[in-house]
Amino acid sequence: MKLQKATRFGLYAVLELASDPTRHLTAADIAQTYGISTNHLAKVLGVLSRAGLVAGVRGASGGYRFAANPRRVTLLDIIALFEDLGSGPAARGDPSPNTEIGDALQAVLTEIDDIAQATLRAVTLTTLIALMRRRQRTTGRTVARASDPLAVGS
Amino acid sequence: MPQSESLSEPLPEPAALPGSALHIRPVAAADLPVVIALDHAHTGVAKPEYWYGLYERLAQSARPRFFLVAEEGGVLRGFIIGEVRAWEFGSEPCGWIFAIGVDAAARVGGIGSRLFAAVCACFKRAGVTKVRTMLRRDASLLMSFFRSQGMMAGPFLQLEMDIDDAARANPAGSGRP
Repeated sequence: MKLQKATRFGLYAVLELASDPTRHLTAADIAQTYGISTNHLAKVLGVLSRAGLVAGVRGASGGYRFAANPRRVTLLDIIALFEDLGSGPAARGDPSPNTEIGDALQAVLTEIDDIAQATLRAVTLTTLIALMRRRQRTTGRTVARASDPLAVGS
Repeated sequence: MPQSESLSEPLPEPAALPGSALHIRPVAAADLPVVIALDHAHTGVAKPEYWYGLYERLAQSARPRFFLVAEEGGVLRGFIIGEVRAWEFGSEPCGWIFAIGVDAAARVGGIGSRLFAAVCACFKRAGVTKVRTMLRRDASLLMSFFRSQGMMAGPFLQLEMDIDDAARANPAGSGRP
């Protein structure tokens, strides 16, 4: 599953804020951490805010805070805000089903998508944050955040 | 969790449970009607013969098998079943969890986590270090539960087909290997 830039930014922002719900961060804070565009992230935060996942905080120490239930929100919930998950393989530019080979290839690609979506639907924010902390404990170090860590081929 | 639910909907508070401590213990024959009712509530299918047969087989099995229940204040709130199996599908000895159920009214209170931890402790005492399970792809609640316990996709994939399709795909029975 190829994720658009807005989707990746949405995941970073929500997970960053959900990892400490008491904290307020500005778009610039989060953008700097992940090496991504502040302007683009601000638009993404607007989408997340309208979905009730984050809330704007006014004032000198303003910014955004996490506003949802991390045990209920899944990775797929966030991805669905930015990706058209209902579109078929053809709409994504996958092989045309109008040929026998295209039809068979689509069957396999749809199987992969179904598994990916089932996985993303099952991972809540709490589960992902717990995984992050477990991995930190295992390696005994905090992983330095790379620029846009989910970006492919960059 | 169905995706249609509100993302910010608060979780229900754990139901007020009678009694104090949760007690995890091996199942007894007298527990089976409640286990059957819990399973019926979860799956929509009542299968008493299956459960009584399973109970009998577990009691007589030489394999390390664990059928545990969670009881609180004299009320049975959940169950879990696990078994150590070796070498099927090329898998080294490991603990398999093949059923778990928690009273819907008592969910989000940590009962499933306690049952999971208890059966893992049984597996560990039986000498295995890996726990596996298999579940439907659309069983989001169960999948979320097992992932919340730290489980992730393992090295095995389940494959299936309709047998009629198998006959059509390979009419002469000459498939390889």
